[in-house]
Amino acid sequence: MKRRNFLAAASAAFVAGCNRVADSAPGTRLFAAAEDWHKSAHRLLNPRDALALEFAPEDISPFFRGNGTTQPAGDYPAHEANGFEDWRLEVRGLVRHPLSLSLDNIRRLPQRTQITRHDCVEGWSAIGQWTGPQLSTLLNAAGLREEARFIVFRCADELAGAEYYESVDLVDAFHSQTIVAHRLNGAPLPVRNGAPLRMRIEKQLGYKHAKYLTAIEAVASLDRIGAGGGGYWEDRSGYHWYAGI
Amino acid sequence: MSRHAFSTRLWHWLNLLCVVILFMSGLTISNAHPRLYWGEWGFEAERAWLLVPRFVDWMTIPGYYDLAAARDWHLLLAWPFALGLLFIWVAMLRNGHFMRDIKTRLGEWKPRNIAQDVKAHLRLDFTHGHGTYNFLQKATYGVVFGILLPGLVFTGIAISPGMAPTFGWMIEIMGGRQSARSLHFIFGFAIFGFFVLHVALVLLSNPIASMRSMITGGRRHET
Repeated sequence: MKRRNFLAAASAAFVAGCNRVADSAPGTRLFAAAEDWHKSAHRLLNPRDALALEFAPEDISPFFRGNGTTQPAGDYPAHEANGFEDWRLEVRGLVRHPLSLSLDNIRRLPQRTQITRHDCVEGWSAIGQWTGPQLSTLLNAAGLREEARFIVFRCADELAGAEYYESVDLVDAFHSQTIVAHRLNGAPLPVRNGAPLRMRIEKQLGYKHAKYLTAIEAVASLDRIGAGGGGYWEDRSGYHWYAGI
Repeated sequence: MSRHAFSTRLWHWLNLLCVVILFMSGLTISNAHPRLYWGEWGFEAERAWLLVPRFVDWMTIPGYYDLAAARDWHLLLAWPFALGLLFIWVAMLRNGHFMRDIKTRLGEWKPRNIAQDVKAHLRLDFTHGHGTYNFLQKATYGVVFGILLPGLVFTGIAISPGMAPTFGWMIEIMGGRQSARSLHFIFGFAIFGFFVLHVALVLLSNPIASMRSMITGGRRHET
């Protein structure tokens, strides 16, 4: 037992030191820099248009878990009750022609279907088949203005009293596998997976794939959105904004 | 190998710091989803080949459950760990440390030689030639440098969704993303096992001379 106490004490001292570094200004800057190096390395080694792995129908996982919010509150239950007939997806912000689309409008756009692997930051993975228009189709229809640098995804769900949101830069926004999905495995999206619309950002972790999508907003900076971190978990827990790792 | 080269000593201590932080923050990441699978996907416990016990807080960085903080450390230290490994491989190949001291020769793989080495270790007899490695040491360092350390880098890359477009073939060689994650865990614990063995053998053989030689380089003809 003594040896274990010694180990625990040594570990506590070491961990306390690590936490002091992590809480210092240089430590914070170093973590942010490391995230940037990863993003740069990924962008350097993976061509801009390179596709995330796609799978065959027989690879699909039998059950696609829902994480985070799995049953939103507020107006959502009423929308769910009438089959999302009145659901609107706005495309707004730094665009020349703001749009407000019904699910029917979205279903009539050119569609992309892809079988991809979803990787959660916690470590699990699931394979599913997603269908929906490419985000680039919507952004081109709305016409991005010169100043636009990021695309923010607004959501109908709240977690612990704050609205869920996420964001990507234009490289990921215009990637051909970045779609606004309304179908999973050939059926309308289940509520736990983000009905009626969710994002697929296939080269990043699951928390970037905003569910219960209500608006797509083009912005020049993320500073004034939420707490400025670029997403719900980024603001709340300090998760990486670039979630390709 | 009369002295440890400066590159060896520098890398040794840098790598120790990296491995300790990567391992301890890795335990927090394991706690986030303590199940391991083979193949591409997995969530349910029934599909897991291993239900990993929860690692208690004092073993982890940051000392309590905080996945974001653990990932901050893990992804930062991945850089000096991977670049350091590249550095020591280049240095070992250039200065002859690898070819002279670590690479085994065919003759050393004879069962009799290995059995003798094992027996000597069990007797805690470490009086083999000064400044040279015995077969078990060479084989162990070979596995650590050739498989475990680079394996941790490559399985780590394979887990990253942002690298999948270019490195999909590597994920497939490993049998899928969840297999890569399992291997990352296995290699991590193999390094931990090496660490325990390494420290134990240093303590049992000649701890003061070993420490001195890994810090100052040691006296000529004495390591």
